[in-house]
Amino acid sequence: MSGMSFILAGMLAAATPFLLAALGELVVERAGVLNLGLEGIMALGAVVAFIVVYHGGGHPAAFAVAALAGCALSLVFGFLALGVRANQVAAGLAVGILGQGLSSLIGNSYESLTVTGLAKWAVPGLADLPVVGGLFVQDIVVWLSLLATAAIWGMFRFSKLGLILRAVGENPQAARAIGYRVIAIRYGAVAFGGAMAGLAGAYASTVYTPLWADGMIAGRGWIALALVVFGTWLTGRIFFGALLFGAVSLASLVAQTEGWAVPSQLLSSLPYIVTIIVLGIITSNKRLLKVNGVASLGEPFGP
Amino acid sequence: MTLRLVRREKASTRMAVLAPLLALLAAMVLNLLLFLAMGKDPAAVFHAMLLEPFSSWAGFSEVLLKMGPLLLIAQGLAIGFRAKVFNIGAEGQFILGAIFASAIPVYFPQATGAWIWPAMLVLGALGGALWAVVPAFWRVRLNANEILVTLMMSLIAIQVLNYLLLGPWKDPMGFNFPQSVMFQYDAMIPILLPGTRVNVSLLIALFSALLAWAYMQRSFGGYQFLVGGLAPKAATYAGFSEARAIWLSLLIGGFAAGLAGAAEVAGPIGQLQRSISTGYGYAAIIVAYLGGLHPVGIVASSLFMAALYIGGDNAMVSADLPVAAVRVFQGTLLVCYLAAVTFVRFRLDFGASVEGGRV
Repeated sequence: MSGMSFILAGMLAAATPFLLAALGELVVERAGVLNLGLEGIMALGAVVAFIVVYHGGGHPAAFAVAALAGCALSLVFGFLALGVRANQVAAGLAVGILGQGLSSLIGNSYESLTVTGLAKWAVPGLADLPVVGGLFVQDIVVWLSLLATAAIWGMFRFSKLGLILRAVGENPQAARAIGYRVIAIRYGAVAFGGAMAGLAGAYASTVYTPLWADGMIAGRGWIALALVVFGTWLTGRIFFGALLFGAVSLASLVAQTEGWAVPSQLLSSLPYIVTIIVLGIITSNKRLLKVNGVASLGEPFGP
Repeated sequence: MTLRLVRREKASTRMAVLAPLLALLAAMVLNLLLFLAMGKDPAAVFHAMLLEPFSSWAGFSEVLLKMGPLLLIAQGLAIGFRAKVFNIGAEGQFILGAIFASAIPVYFPQATGAWIWPAMLVLGALGGALWAVVPAFWRVRLNANEILVTLMMSLIAIQVLNYLLLGPWKDPMGFNFPQSVMFQYDAMIPILLPGTRVNVSLLIALFSALLAWAYMQRSFGGYQFLVGGLAPKAATYAGFSEARAIWLSLLIGGFAAGLAGAAEVAGPIGQLQRSISTGYGYAAIIVAYLGGLHPVGIVASSLFMAALYIGGDNAMVSADLPVAAVRVFQGTLLVCYLAAVTFVRFRLDFGASVEGGRV
């Protein structure tokens, strides 16, 4: 298989952990809350899902448990950031550290074990196309993630819920004045974001690379946070950002098969280097951020 | 009955002192439940974790050894945190400090002289500061969030370390282990307390606390930092430069973390290896917050956190507790502290009140 078609075939699956976590964080940030704990929440989701699959519980149950665990941990963040109005940066870091600690404690006796991933579904006809055919052979979670992307895009674009979320993020005082329960809505957004991060972790540990290793999330939660900024808080752009990172994270595999003489450590750092560069390019355009940014992001709200 | 938070007219000093203690109590209760769930005897675990580090001189000297890097890094970070510059990449700056310092013994393994270890410390501090230049430039000139950039720089630092240890800096006589040569005698920081591993770098760390105190509490420059963090607009109108605060915060944080990294390889470890940092850079974030971002508070919290590290090692041996339990305890502690510290500025109000309303 050539490098190009290899990347096309693997890109969507590699992008899925980024995509799920970033979509969840998009909803959280649109509501005006910054949850920096994604990395730890993903790690917790990853370990609980792995354990469920390892003990024969099956993937659907594993994903459900991961979503619940992510939800629960993100509500600890919610309590700090919304309940007692702690600094959101510190609260996110605290929950992230807690999540990573918990994942490593829970996964202690599962280190380096493996499970079986999910079968892939091919789109009849399209899957046989040359070069791009691999793009249409994906597991069900990838297909569902594409649906979720469309659903969240539609929610922000057309639904009243999307409007309410944005109002709460743009101007919480005004949203409250017209009768919306700002804190309750923000709690809901945080819980949703946590569940999505849990699912992202579950995909990483039970489908994409079906094994458990401490620290296996390897910065993907942080890259998902950066993706929300890259996408300037717009669903479509976040989707393409996730695809880009999916492709970048496959580069090291391609380099191995093509026999490039590049240190593997450089290829492993590639996603981080690309994150720094793209972040600089996007954020230096202040107009872009001003138009699409969330006005009250990270600000505590209360009387 | 409804519970609500009401802003105090004046921040409570009593609560500011009580908050870390309350947080410790709450974290102990939560972890007690966790230990029970894991089938461990909580009494044995807490004894190993919290008392044993202080019960013998040998144990306590190890606590002092761990305290040095935590204290140094946290003092550097706290200056930035107070100015609302969130450098969370101390881990990477620590690693770069260790790498820069190691360059001398790796390239000049035969060199002798009393200048070597001081030169390593200086080089390490510069390396840490250099690693912080990217996030500072990105934030000031490109408007990019320093939280994400510092974190990414840490992940890259680990890869740089791996590259050196698996490639050019690998000890040719090291049985293919990913580690550098053992450093020569003159590349090691002199021991401070005979019979222990505590070296002169502890004095440097304590001196940094004094410097931080003088700078933050007693100088105009430190005052500008505080105002910049609390009221950025007012600070700008008064002519304080935000860019300067960002550059200084990140460079000081990187410098301190780099110094700590250098002191670690030139101290207890004595060579460059993969496990030079056991999460000091992240633990120091907790140390900085637990100490109330205050130079004096951080001395206390770094001592406590160092004891927790040693206690965790004890509990691993005597109570068969996985080492990750310490990370969980640290995380719980920070969560509880952030909840407790709210009551410095707010008080709980039961029932109806004239001011404020239901959210």
